[in-house]
Amino acid sequence: MRFLFKTDYEDDIRLFPHSGYVVSYGILLALLLIAPYVLSSYLMSQLVFVCIYATVGVGLMILTGFTGQASLGHAAFLAIGAYTAAYLQKYNVPFPVYFVAAGVLTGCIGALVGFPALRLQGIYLVIATISFAFIVEEILARWESVTNGNEGMRVKTLSLLGVTVPRDSPTFYFLCLAVLVLTIVGTLNLLRSPTGRAFVAIRDSETAARSMGINVALYKVKSFAISAAITGFAGVLFAHKLSFISPEMFTLQLSIEFIIVILIGGIFSLHGAVLGAIFIVMIDPFLTYLKDDMPGIIAGIAATFWAGPATAAEIQSKVAAFASLNGLKGAIYGIIIVLFVLFEPLGLYGRWLKIKLFFQLFPLYKRATFKRQKIYVKSERNR
Amino acid sequence: MLDFVQQLVSGVALGCVYGLIALGFVLVYKATEVVNFAQGDLMMLGGFFAFTFIGMMGLNYWVGFAGAVAAMALFGMLAERVVVRPILGYPQFSIIMATIGLGYFLRSIAGMIWGTDDLKIETPFSQGVLRIGSLVLAYDKLSVIAATMILCTLLYLFFNKTTLGTAMRASSENMLAAYYMGIPVKRVVSVVWAISAAVATCAGVLLAPITFIHSNVGLVLGLKAFPAAVLGGFGSIPGAVVGGVLIGVIESMAGFYLAEGWKDVAPYVVLLAVLLLKPEGLFGLHVRKKV
Repeated sequence: MRFLFKTDYEDDIRLFPHSGYVVSYGILLALLLIAPYVLSSYLMSQLVFVCIYATVGVGLMILTGFTGQASLGHAAFLAIGAYTAAYLQKYNVPFPVYFVAAGVLTGCIGALVGFPALRLQGIYLVIATISFAFIVEEILARWESVTNGNEGMRVKTLSLLGVTVPRDSPTFYFLCLAVLVLTIVGTLNLLRSPTGRAFVAIRDSETAARSMGINVALYKVKSFAISAAITGFAGVLFAHKLSFISPEMFTLQLSIEFIIVILIGGIFSLHGAVLGAIFIVMIDPFLTYLKDDMPGIIAGIAATFWAGPATAAEIQSKVAAFASLNGLKGAIYGIIIVLFVLFEPLGLYGRWLKIKLFFQLFPLYKRATFKRQKIYVKSERNR
Repeated sequence: MLDFVQQLVSGVALGCVYGLIALGFVLVYKATEVVNFAQGDLMMLGGFFAFTFIGMMGLNYWVGFAGAVAAMALFGMLAERVVVRPILGYPQFSIIMATIGLGYFLRSIAGMIWGTDDLKIETPFSQGVLRIGSLVLAYDKLSVIAATMILCTLLYLFFNKTTLGTAMRASSENMLAAYYMGIPVKRVVSVVWAISAAVATCAGVLLAPITFIHSNVGLVLGLKAFPAAVLGGFGSIPGAVVGGVLIGVIESMAGFYLAEGWKDVAPYVVLLAVLLLKPEGLFGLHVRKKV
C-alpha cells in the first residue's frame, strides 16, 4: 500500500493524488477512445447513454450529494435542455450556440427554482421539485406553438462545424464522452474551489456554515443553477441521441432513475455518478439477456446434477414463463433500491472502496471501518 | 349554482380520498419522521386485497372490507419490519429512497398477480343516489365523506387521548429520549405502520367504485396526496384532511371552470404557492430553529 504524506495545501487539493491515478485514468480514457472501433454498434449506443446519464448524474450529485438538496425534478431540467435544442434547431442555429443556450437557459430556470427552495428542507424540497417537474411536463404538453404538444418534436441530425454527425457515429460518442469528461473535470475543480467547499459545508450543517460566514441562500441557488445547467447540456445530447422528443419521456420515472443513478453509484462521489449510470443503462440489456438465456442455463445445471431431461425441459419452460412476466423489471428495480439502501448506502463506489481497503490492509481489515452511525435525529422538523 | 355545488361535492369526495392517503403519510411522519412514498401503493394493494376477498371469493362486502384491513395492517407491520426498521435513525434521504423502492416493488408485484386490467368492486353504495331538490349526490361519494369523518375522529381521539397515541407522539419528538423513558419505540413504530396501512386500505376500498383498481392507481393518487399533506402541514391530522379536501375541490373546480390541462396542474401550482408563502403549511407547527 502507498502512503501519501501531505505537507501543504497543494497536496491536499491535487486532482491526481499520485501517479497511479494518472496511469489508471489514462488507460481508462484510452480504452474509451478505441471503444467505437472494437464494440458492436448496440453496445456503443448503450455507452452513449451511459455518458449522458453520467453527465446528469454528476449534475445531480452536485446538488444532492454535495449540497444536500434532494431533487426529484431533474427530468424537467433535462426536458428544458432537450426542447431548447430542438426549438432553436428549427431556426438553423448552429450547434455550439444552442448547446450553450440550452445550458444557460436551464441554469437560469434552475436558479429560479432554487429561490423558492431556499425556505424548504428535506421532504418539502422533494415535493416542491416534484411539483415543478409536473408543471413543466404539463407546459410541454400544452404550449403547442413551441413544443408541438403531445405529438412531440423531431430533432434533426446534429451538424457540427458543417459536418453532419449521425447519432450512432463514433464522432457523436466522442462528443458525449468529451462533454462527460469536461463536466467531471469542471466539477472536480468546482469542488476544490471555495464554492465547492461551501456546498459541502451547507450539506453537513447549514447552521455551522452560516456561522462561518457562508451566504447559504446564495450558494444554494448557485448549486441549483449549476446542477440544472449541467443537466441542460445533457438534455441537448439526449435529444440528439433519441432524435425525437415528447413530453411523456420526461416523467417522474426518469427523475427517479436519476436519483437511482447517484444512490446506487454512491452518493458522495463523482465515481458514483458514472458507476450508477453504467448500472442503470446496462440493467435493461442484462434483464433481456437473463430472459433469453437464464432458462436454458438453469435447465442445463439441473440436467447435469439431478434432473432428467423431461424435468429439465419443464424447469426451463417454468423459468422462461417467470422471466417473461410483465412487471419483473419494476420488481427487480424495487428490490435493488431497497437492498442498496439497507446494506450498501455508499453504493457501488463504497463497495469498491471497501474491497480496495481490504486488500491494502489485508490482515488487519476491520469490518466496522465503514459502519454507519445511527443518529436518532432529534427531529428534522425542528431544524 | 347547481353545477357549482355538484362540483363541490364531488371535489370534496375525491378530496377525502386524498385526505385519507395523506392521513397515512401524516401518521407515519408524525410518529417516526419517515415519509412513506409507498403510501399510495399500500392503498392500491388494499384495494386489490378487498377485490380478492369480495370479488373473487364472494364474501360479504363488510367482511371482505374488514379482512382486507386486517391483512393490510399485518402487511404494513411486515413492511416496517423488513424495510424501515433497519434504517430507522438514518438520514431521511435513505428512507425516502427505500420507500420509493418498496413502492416500485409493490406496483410490479400487484401487476404480476392481479394483471393490468381495471378491476371493480360491487359495493352496497354503488347504485343509489340521494336527491335534494334537483341536486343529485351519489351514495358512494357520500360514503367516502362519511368514512373519512369517522376515521379522522377516531384517529384524533387515539392520538390525543390514549397512552399508545401519546407514546407515538413522544417517539416522534425525540426517539432517543422516548427509549430512555421506557417507550418500546420499535413496537410503537410497527403499530403506526399497521394503522397507516389500514387507513390506506380504507381509502382504497372506498375509492374502488369511483375510480377503478389497477396497479398504477397508487402512484397517481399518492402523488396527489402529497400536496394535500403539505398543504395541511405535514404532521397534522386535521391538516391532512383539510388539505386533501382543498386539493380535491381545487382539482374539480379547475377541471370544470378552467381550460383543459389545468386540472392536473392546479394542485401543484397551489402547493408551490403555499410552500412559498407558508412553508410549514396551513396547520403546521412553527418551531423555532435551535442550534
